[in-house]
Amino acid sequence: MAQHEWEAVIGLEVHCQLSTKTKIFSGANTAYGAEPNTQADAVTLGLPGVLPVLNGAALEMAIKFGLSVDAQIARRCVFARKHYFYPDLPKGYQISQYELPIVEHGVLDIEVNGATKRIGITRAHMEEDAGKSLHENFVGETGIDLNRAGTPLIEIVSEPDIRSSDEAVAYLKKLHQIVVYLGICDGNMQEGSFRCDANVSVRRKGTEKFGTRTETKNINSFRYVHAAIDFEIERQIEVIEGGGKIIQETRLYNPGTGETRSMRVKEDANDYRYFPDPDLLPVIVTDDEIERIRATLPELPEAKRDRFVAQYGLPVYDAGVLTGEGPLADYYETVVKDSGADPKLCANWIITDLLGGLNKAGHGIQDSVITAPMMAGLMKRMADNTLSGKLAKEVFEAMSDGEGDADAIIDRKGLRQITDDGAILAVIQQVMDANPGQLAQYREGKDKLFGFFVGQVMKASQGKANPDAVNRLLKTALAGE
Amino acid sequence: MTLTPDQIQQVAHLARLDLAPDRVAIYAQQLTNILDMVGQLSGASTEAVLPMAHPLDMHQRLRPDVVTEPNQREAFQAHAPAVQDGLYRVPKVIE
Repeated sequence: MAQHEWEAVIGLEVHCQLSTKTKIFSGANTAYGAEPNTQADAVTLGLPGVLPVLNGAALEMAIKFGLSVDAQIARRCVFARKHYFYPDLPKGYQISQYELPIVEHGVLDIEVNGATKRIGITRAHMEEDAGKSLHENFVGETGIDLNRAGTPLIEIVSEPDIRSSDEAVAYLKKLHQIVVYLGICDGNMQEGSFRCDANVSVRRKGTEKFGTRTETKNINSFRYVHAAIDFEIERQIEVIEGGGKIIQETRLYNPGTGETRSMRVKEDANDYRYFPDPDLLPVIVTDDEIERIRATLPELPEAKRDRFVAQYGLPVYDAGVLTGEGPLADYYETVVKDSGADPKLCANWIITDLLGGLNKAGHGIQDSVITAPMMAGLMKRMADNTLSGKLAKEVFEAMSDGEGDADAIIDRKGLRQITDDGAILAVIQQVMDANPGQLAQYREGKDKLFGFFVGQVMKASQGKANPDAVNRLLKTALAGE
Repeated sequence: MTLTPDQIQQVAHLARLDLAPDRVAIYAQQLTNILDMVGQLSGASTEAVLPMAHPLDMHQRLRPDVVTEPNQREAFQAHAPAVQDGLYRVPKVIE
């Protein structure tokens, strides 16, 4: 197989659950994990006589997303009925948007292998999620839980601008970061808050015409998206090179085997008979409304990263790590501001010591026992020379173990660094008195013994002597001047 | 415009209507009559008429994001043909 002769063309559709408290068209709770059907109200169940009323918060979140990807926000958008029969959708249609979505023509810049690439966002429309079908514990039947039905979604549709699984994952991660930053989605992929359908086709390099595409549905992790796309590209090339044809179809990814398989749906299944939902009036968004929402947008990841580089003098890598999540960036800024310590020192401690430990335990910054003010307390004591790096590590460990804040630990354990020249000189004298042989050798020219004396002084001071002061004072003392 | 028996069958299938074969021709004729009647509109001059967005000249009102619906599962499920462990039971859905 000659993969290099082929080019993949990929477009992604991302379903993103909006973090509203209630459903898109009713006042039923949307919290995850409730007992089955306890959040399925009359509107969700599609009982006769009910009418949908649009949740203003869902609309605002969709607009926020549109603004964050430089898209056009429709001043007038319309909800449509998309008809299909499936028991997780009791009305027999999904309320979605078709001809006039709320968001159109956005862009997202991604970085892959150091190069920036612009991916077009065709549209993002609002719609309601479906319920869940449960097949376990049922023979010849299916159990339906409609708690999720009616949860507001935005479906974000990209242009077919993506050319590899790496680009697809970079795009998804960027999108994920943005919706989480905006606070419009919790981003929990395991719970299905952020899931992806991948449209994949291949064509010979240099040709313009798209090949026939397949759609792989509901992939719920970055890793699976990567694997599913790679599998699909390879499969399609094999089929075509073997003289076969790609059939336009929906496929499912099986994480167990790493393969996709055809869902074998009937040909007419995609006749959705869209029409404007007569139960819902056109939604009008005014310029004032859009400007009011624009003013509430938080600083987005890229802008924040660039600011961290400029404002704190951080390397791009450090700034990228620290702005990876909004709460982490806030944590960092609190530590720098409250401690007044060197921003690079703070970055090192947070990235290496704090995040290192949290990642190992599978925790996020929100789970950290060491809060930002506590971390600032530690940095402050390093900045004012109360703690050496070594003592700071000890205090850090104690804080991790829940022993309180830095000052309390320093006092309790007597970890204050000794910076007073007189006190250090007394220790030096004591060490010189105890090691007359080494002292004589040093004075005869055995310079290497200097390290020995530093070690002895640090040991005698229980690691509390300021290393710089020890070096300076020891030189003079050993010389006997 | 004349609807064919195939189109009638297709529409009935999409709507999950069980259509007796001897009714197909009758519905084809009746639906064709309805379409023809509505079709007369295309002969009307609309030059001076503004397009209407919606039969009601109003726009959508928004609802505050506040939980108003209590759990009424027991009441709703009392009407369901089959339930188990809080779930609605339906004929097996095949992926």
